[in-house]
Amino acid sequence: MAATRAVFPARTGGAVTTRRDLMTGAVAVAGAALAPQPANAQEHDQDHSHQALPSDLALRVKALESLLVAKGLVDPAALDALVDAYEHKIGPRNGARVVARAWVDAAYRQRLLANANAAIAELGYGGGEGDHMVVVANTPKVHNLVVCTLCSCYPWPVLGLPPVWYKSFAYRSRAVIDPRGVLREFGLELAADVEVRVWDSTAELRYLVLPERPPGTDHLAESELAALITRDAMIGVARVAARGEGGRA
Amino acid sequence: MNGIHDMGGMQDMGPVRPEKNEPVFHAPWEGRIFALGMAIDGPWTYAEWRYQQELIPPSDYLRMSYYERRVTSLPQLLVKAGLVTPAEVESGRPAAASTVTRRVLKAHEVAPMLAAGWPSSRNIPATARFHAGQRVRARNINPVGHTRLPRYARGKLGTIMRDHGVFVFPHTDGHELGEMPQHVYSVRFDARELWGSAASQSDSVYVDLWDDHLEPA
Repeated sequence: MAATRAVFPARTGGAVTTRRDLMTGAVAVAGAALAPQPANAQEHDQDHSHQALPSDLALRVKALESLLVAKGLVDPAALDALVDAYEHKIGPRNGARVVARAWVDAAYRQRLLANANAAIAELGYGGGEGDHMVVVANTPKVHNLVVCTLCSCYPWPVLGLPPVWYKSFAYRSRAVIDPRGVLREFGLELAADVEVRVWDSTAELRYLVLPERPPGTDHLAESELAALITRDAMIGVARVAARGEGGRA
Repeated sequence: MNGIHDMGGMQDMGPVRPEKNEPVFHAPWEGRIFALGMAIDGPWTYAEWRYQQELIPPSDYLRMSYYERRVTSLPQLLVKAGLVTPAEVESGRPAAASTVTRRVLKAHEVAPMLAAGWPSSRNIPATARFHAGQRVRARNINPVGHTRLPRYARGKLGTIMRDHGVFVFPHTDGHELGEMPQHVYSVRFDARELWGSAASQSDSVYVDLWDDHLEPA
C-alpha cells in the first residue's frame, strides 16, 4: 500500500544514530525527560542538533492541546481525568489482587485460567487494553514471559501503563531470541530444565503472568500476599519473594 | 512493512535497564500527549493509529522516546483526518474559518469509557481454517503496509495451541479496507525453529496470528 511517509516535512534531516545512542536510548529517555538538559547535552548538541529537548516537546504538546481545546475537540478536564486514572487508579496493585486471590482460592484460579476476563471482572477490573485477557501460570517447570515486539501492548486494567524498559528496544528485540539472557539481567537465573514460554502480544490478546506463590507464606492473609506481588513478576521477569525485595513496582 | 518497529530477534540494542520506583509519566507533557490521544474522537482505527507510528522514519524512531513518537504521530493523524491543518499545528491556534465538530469526551465519561474498553473481537460467524493441535506455517509475506505478523515468525513452522475467536484483521483495517474479521490463534513456535540449534530445546515463543497469516504445514 502506498503510504504517506509523513504529513509534515521531517523536522530532522539525515539523522545519524550512533551505536552508543542505541545502547543508552531507553535510559537516556527517562533521564532526559526529568532534567531540563540531558547529562550528555553537549554530546547531543554536537551529534544531534535535531534532538528534541524535553522543553521543546513540552511546548509542542502544550500548543497541540491549546489548539484542540480552542477547536472544541477536547475538554482539558477529561485529559486531567485520564492522567489521574493511570497515575492513581489503574496500576499493578489491581493485578496483584487478582494473583493473590488465585493463590488463596483454587476455584478462582481455575476460573482465571479458563476465562480471564470474567474472573478479573469479579474483582472489578477490566476494560481498555485488557479487553481480551489471557492469564498464563508459572510452575516449577514452566516460566512465562510477556513482550510486545511490534510496539508496547500491555494489560492496562491489571498492570497500568507499561514501564519504559518494557517499551525499550532492548527488551522488545531480545525477549524472543534470548529470554534467558534478558531474565538474567533482571537477576533471574532459570535452570536448564525449566521451559521458557515467551508470549509476543501481536494481536489484541493481553497477557498476565500468574507467578508462583513463594514458600513460607501459608500464614499470610490475601491482602498481605497481594503486597508481595510485583509488577515485574506479573510480566514474568521476576519471581515473587516471600518478603518484598528489590523495591521495584 | 519491514520497519524498524518490528524488532523481535535483533541483538544490538544493549541491556535492559529497569528504573527503580519509576513514575507513570516522567514529565507532565507525557501524560498530556497520552491523554490527548485517548480523548480525541478521531475517525482512525486502532490499526491506523499503530501504522502511523510505524511510518516514523527509522532514524527518528530510534532516537525518539515512546511518547515523543506520539507527539509526532498524533498531529499527523489529525491532519489526515481533516481535523486540523498543518498550519494550525505549527501556530497552535485555530484558523479563522475552522468549523470541525466531533463528540467531546467529558471528564465524567472517562471512567466509563476505560471500563467499556475497545474490544476488537467480532461476534460474527467466520469459518476457522485451522484447529488446535494442527501444524501450520506462518506465511512468508512482506506487505508494505501494516501487519502484525512479525518478521521472525515468517516462513516458520508452528503449532496451533488455541483458537481465540474472531477479530478484526489489522492488515486491512489499517488501510480503510474493512475489518475482514477472522480467527486469531495462539501459535507456538519452538525456539529452535525460530533461532536455530543453539536455542534451548524446551523454550518457545507464542505468537497470536490471524487466519490469513497461516497456511497448513
